[in-house]
Amino acid sequence: MQINIAHYLTIAAILLTTGILGVFVNRRNVIAILMSIELILLAVNLNFVAFSAALHDLVGQIFALFVLTVAAAESAIGLAILVLFFRNKGSVAAEDANVMKG
Amino acid sequence: MITGFAAVFFYLFAVIMIVAAIMVIAARNPVHSVLFLILVFFNASGLFLLGGAEFLAMILLMVYVGAVAVLFLFVVMMLDVDFAELKRGMGRYAPIGGLVGLIVLAELIFVFMSVHFSPAGPDAAVTQPVPAALPRSNTQALGDILYTDYVFYFELAGFILLTAMIGAIVLALHHRSGVKRQSVGEQVKRNPQTAIEVKKVESGKGI
Repeated sequence: MQINIAHYLTIAAILLTTGILGVFVNRRNVIAILMSIELILLAVNLNFVAFSAALHDLVGQIFALFVLTVAAAESAIGLAILVLFFRNKGSVAAEDANVMKG
Repeated sequence: MITGFAAVFFYLFAVIMIVAAIMVIAARNPVHSVLFLILVFFNASGLFLLGGAEFLAMILLMVYVGAVAVLFLFVVMMLDVDFAELKRGMGRYAPIGGLVGLIVLAELIFVFMSVHFSPAGPDAAVTQPVPAALPRSNTQALGDILYTDYVFYFELAGFILLTAMIGAIVLALHHRSGVKRQSVGEQVKRNPQTAIEVKKVESGKGI
């Protein structure tokens, strides 16, 4: 049994697809959409680490660190907006954010 | 890359991670969703370890499990949302979501099958080679290039986090009017002249 980069990439592809599917399936629930985005970013990180290991290059891990930073910032801001949205509207349904719709 | 006993662990982590990820998007209760997300992060950190990224695996546990997932848990438990109502009509978009997911997955698999990833040879343009394991650990090597060649990006990441912190505080802070608060300055400024007022009370009348 030997694991190479293709195995890592396949796992990451399945994870990414699960994340995309999650955005579609839970399209009314903003919290679930944010969690799906976390899954997508995790899949990206997995790809970076896999290529870093396969090419013996540390830059992939450096970049994964920055992706991690941006993902943390994104979820913090997203949840803050969500709390504010809930305070104003009383729900977290995505279709209630329709003030700018015209 | 990974052989023998470690390969078994690869499959173990991978299977648990995928199943947990599916449970994240399928669970009825959002608290269960978040807990499955934590399981996904734990297994992803195991995969990172197998890939040789020890520092990133620990950071993943600390940042995601320790901060982000707990933040999600806080928000889910703090907001009084009727999640059953939100799940209504969930099956309506499942077919189109499944179709899009299938297409994306098929495309990705086609790409993997058509591209041959060459192993790192003398012609591969490796900018920061992974050092041999014995003299330097992964964390040391990462720190060495993070604080020298990539220091600008490191600072930039710090600014992104600062912006996110200020943004989150500004967004979530809310001032309530009509709340009685202690004013230390006012209390310290008091002296007998301002604190005591002597009134002349006429007898039989009161103030």
